[in-house]
Amino acid sequence: MKKSVLYGLLLPGLLFLGIFMVIPIVLTIGSTFYHDGTLTLSGYTHFFGDSYFNQILLTTVVVSLITTLLCLALGFPTAYYISRKTARSKGILLAIAIFPLLTSPIVRSFSWMIILGRKGLINDAIVGLGLSDKPLDILYTPTAIVIGLTHLFLPIMIISLVGVLENIDTDLVIAAQSLGASRMSAFVRIVFPLALPGIVIGAVLVFVGSLTAYTTPALLGGKQRVISTFLYQNAMTLNDWFLASVIAVIMIAITFIVVGLMNRAARQLNPKG
Amino acid sequence: MREKHFGLGLFSLLVFVFLLGPLLIIFATSFEPGIVLQFPPDGFSFRWYEQIFKVEGFLRTFKTSIAISLLGNVFALLFGIPAAYALSRSSFRGKELINGLFLSPILIPGIVLGFTLMKYLIVVYHLPMYAGLLIGHTVIMLPFIVRVVASSLSTFDFAIEEAALSLGAGRMSAFFKVVLPNIRSGIIASMLIAFLESFNNIDISVYMTGPGVSTLPIEMLTYVENHFDPTIAAISVLLMVLTGVLMLVIERLMGLSQFTRR
Repeated sequence: MKKSVLYGLLLPGLLFLGIFMVIPIVLTIGSTFYHDGTLTLSGYTHFFGDSYFNQILLTTVVVSLITTLLCLALGFPTAYYISRKTARSKGILLAIAIFPLLTSPIVRSFSWMIILGRKGLINDAIVGLGLSDKPLDILYTPTAIVIGLTHLFLPIMIISLVGVLENIDTDLVIAAQSLGASRMSAFVRIVFPLALPGIVIGAVLVFVGSLTAYTTPALLGGKQRVISTFLYQNAMTLNDWFLASVIAVIMIAITFIVVGLMNRAARQLNPKG
Repeated sequence: MREKHFGLGLFSLLVFVFLLGPLLIIFATSFEPGIVLQFPPDGFSFRWYEQIFKVEGFLRTFKTSIAISLLGNVFALLFGIPAAYALSRSSFRGKELINGLFLSPILIPGIVLGFTLMKYLIVVYHLPMYAGLLIGHTVIMLPFIVRVVASSLSTFDFAIEEAALSLGAGRMSAFFKVVLPNIRSGIIASMLIAFLESFNNIDISVYMTGPGVSTLPIEMLTYVENHFDPTIAAISVLLMVLTGVLMLVIERLMGLSQFTRR
């Protein structure tokens, strides 16, 4: 393909993204180093020196980590089960797993508001069984955010894992067992290492997704702030754009660092390179 | 062997109940005849479905959402198809970088992208709110178009195009008469996936609402924050039906593997 044709095909899209995505982001990053007329790192020193901000960051990271672990714990056995099915039932089960993924996050968060509320299913059950004499506060706590995010991202984990698990030859496991390996050791020494690239990718997608999700913590978290709702609050309610920009840059940095590490790990884990 | 699978099957069943149960609960509560949102509902009625159409904001923002998603889709196709074609058809220095740039709107947190777009498009460049919405939605649809079309092109045998070119067809006519018809289903699938992505979007739109301007998800978000009645459940059911139908079409066109790579 001639150079001129190649440029002609790529340029419109590149210009569009350049003007409307790259430049605004670069300018936003730049703006965080410039405050009150001088070049400064004060935005960041202020952010990381403030205990309230650190608390929000910590809550976000903890919530995301727990969500990732829950998705792995729930997703791995399910993905393993799906991967051992025939092509037809695998397709149906995957479709069922994908459907919630395409459903609006508002719809999904709203369903948890119904379930976790003070008059919701869970509290009805808890009071009904006599486990507590008054309804528990679940909604508008970090627990509610974890439940909502796990529901939101579990399909992504399942899909990432089915992708690697279905390529593992069952004969390997059977061979290991016939040579005397226990079920557990066959799993730990054969299935797990082969599935590791999928586990890494799934975990990173869920972790980064949880770290940056907005709708679920906005609806289920109440006054409990996470970093994304904190960004929105500063940008739109408090109109503190300097702080909002600092938060935005921190979120971009975390995302790129985690994804970059994932790409390196995935390359090393994948023998085919 | 069997018992083991029984336990695994039961566990998976419970996971699916966790995934789908909440959606079924919404479905059930949408038929509530009373005014209190509750599960199980007190009876059966369509009153909250009728209520949707009585709230002016829902109809108006539904139209806005459809218009933004469709128009943005067209723009994303105009930028995305040529890019996907160039990226699949040739190799050049910096190709990985450019490919990465086209896919990067998926990677950048939506709530961050929305903020920077609002800050520069609306406040600095003084673009109208609708233009900001349209641009933002085009940006987030672009990676899905590029990725799905590129994956569709990866199975296309470019020797056919070469044959057309060597028989005297121009580059343009070879593309439109030979390549495009062969990747048609991929293009339609990419449009539908991008449409869902845009139609459900909150992170970008939440910054771009003003007097009289809003999208359906944002209107729903505001409604949920202020009211707790079954109207949202009824809208949710309609949206789920829409999602289900689009998903079925995508499955027929390209297979669901399009969703398995995020």
